Amino acid sequence: MVELEYYLILSGILFSIGVLGVLVRRNAIVVFMCVEIMLNAVNISLIAFDRYNNQHDGQIFSFMVMCVAAAEVSVGLAIVISMYRNKPTINLDEFNLMKW
Amino acid sequence: MELFFFIPIALLSVLLAFGVVFNKSPIGSAVSLIGMMLCLAGVFVIQSAHFLAILQVLIYAGAIMVLFMFVIMLLNLKTAEDTVWKAREHNTLLSVLTGFLVLGLVYKLVEIATDANFGPGMPVAENFGTTEMVGAKLFTDYVLPFEVASILLLVAMIGALVLAKTKTD
Amino acid sequence: MIDTVTQFLSDNLVLIVGAVKAAIIAVALLSSVPLLVWLERRLMGRFQVRLGPNRVGPFGLAQPFADAVKLLFKESIVQGSADKFLFFLAPAVVVFTAIVTFSAIPFGASFTLFGQEIGPHVANINVGLLFVFAISSMGIYGIVLAGLASNNKYSLMGGLRSSAQMISYELTLGLAALGVIIVSGSLNLVEIVEDQAVVPNIILQPLAFILFFTAGVAETNRAPFDLPEAEQELVAGFHTEYTGMKFAMFFMGEYINMITMSAMVTVLFLGGWNAYFFEFLVPPVIGPIIVFAAKVFLLLCVFIWLRSTFPRIRYDRLMTFGWKVMLPLAVLNLMVAGFFKVL
Repeated sequence: MVELEYYLILSGILFSIGVLGVLVRRNAIVVFMCVEIMLNAVNISLIAFDRYNNQHDGQIFSFMVMCVAAAEVSVGLAIVISMYRNKPTINLDEFNLMKW
Repeated sequence: MELFFFIPIALLSVLLAFGVVFNKSPIGSAVSLIGMMLCLAGVFVIQSAHFLAILQVLIYAGAIMVLFMFVIMLLNLKTAEDTVWKAREHNTLLSVLTGFLVLGLVYKLVEIATDANFGPGMPVAENFGTTEMVGAKLFTDYVLPFEVASILLLVAMIGALVLAKTKTD
Repeated sequence: MIDTVTQFLSDNLVLIVGAVKAAIIAVALLSSVPLLVWLERRLMGRFQVRLGPNRVGPFGLAQPFADAVKLLFKESIVQGSADKFLFFLAPAVVVFTAIVTFSAIPFGASFTLFGQEIGPHVANINVGLLFVFAISSMGIYGIVLAGLASNNKYSLMGGLRSSAQMISYELTLGLAALGVIIVSGSLNLVEIVEDQAVVPNIILQPLAFILFFTAGVAETNRAPFDLPEAEQELVAGFHTEYTGMKFAMFFMGEYINMITMSAMVTVLFLGGWNAYFFEFLVPPVIGPIIVFAAKVFLLLCVFIWLRSTFPRIRYDRLMTFGWKVMLPLAVLNLMVAGFFKVL
């Protein structure tokens, strides 16, 4: 029997790694992947609490997270492609037109 | 017995998550991420959420990551100069601060999780995590979010088409 | 000593039986690949009014084994520009996913052996159908990674084409299978077969059967949908750079996928191991497995027949066909199935 704490610690560590990736990487696609890590980490703790309380609401939430992730990735990657068309790079530091 | 399976899978998933962040090529990151998602599907199986585990493989590893791979192939990023590891190495202070921030985050999360003292959970029902139970919940209590999610996906699909379409006229 | 051994055996009986079944299925699948290659080459020969391989062994039966030996002894070339790890990973992924997919497919009625009830499937998963889709969707990565790792324009084109094709046709495959789920009311493949004891789903869902089989042909990258490896335009597409045993592994994956797809069609639409009118001919224990194998064999022959009949379709037509014909028809079929279920 795995205690709830173990799942929460795993979830926390994965979430932090996702944050690290978002802050540190400059490649737009890799930043996206790190956002996916964070979403996945949240799913673990949602299901862990679900199991702890023996109910199914958290699983619905993680189902919704998957839906939103799918939508987010399809739009996000389309944005990356159109960014690449404007300027043949996906380094986020290069996209500073709106910065003053 | 569950712990015996959980610890290696958890360690592997953390390692692969680091692989996503610190890999030089986007393809390597994507492959690590696929591995991590499969590991998390294993974690879901240990949590006896079988339906969610299958969805994790089917949606995340099978559909979303294929999209990532597809874009990496389409842009052919492997040889592109800007894809090499650029972790703001020109700014040591910022990267050190980021590292401390993330370490602090890990510390705080682990501290909260261990201090909370949850105690043993409720006994898990026999049909926990089956398609029937999740489906029944989804189509009764959560039917409105479900419909909204379908609209969201439709909007995302049209949005992606509009954004990525080449102007041929 | 003996007590502890028997104790251990009886404690872990489920695991041991499962491992034995998994080993048997893996060996059976891998050894059926050369036979399938032989069958395909002989049948193709007959379709094209020539003889096909007939020199090595009786009826040329040893030809694929001779080919396998040749491929094993070939030099394994990895060109310098390739990504080594991914280059080796890709064929392994193809074969792995192809074999694992079969683990959820039941290929016979359960029987009792030594007082144990044994079902002829490795795992009776309650979301078996979804499991099959999940694992077979992982099979795309083998081709995508091969295309990416080879560092070759033709391979990249092949990988790109195949990922687009497989994503498009997977939708149709899933939606066509949903019709069956609605009729049977279960995701468990054993229950789906048992539900067809009287009427096979092909009679209740003829459109879904046609859609599923067509999408299945596209999903296994077989002619007329073999664009990822179109020899004439892409010099064999994603496996241009592969030699020796790694090249053979792609072929093994393709043929095992063919067998798996035929088995899926048999389970979902042709009633699995139910023999219907020929029930009186079927011997007891081993009979259901023979019936199942016969149905799979017929479908494999259809696969080969299709290959020697149809020319390869053009890439844009393939995508148009997938999105504008197959997908709407699958949605329509789903709606009709749901309508009759509610009625």
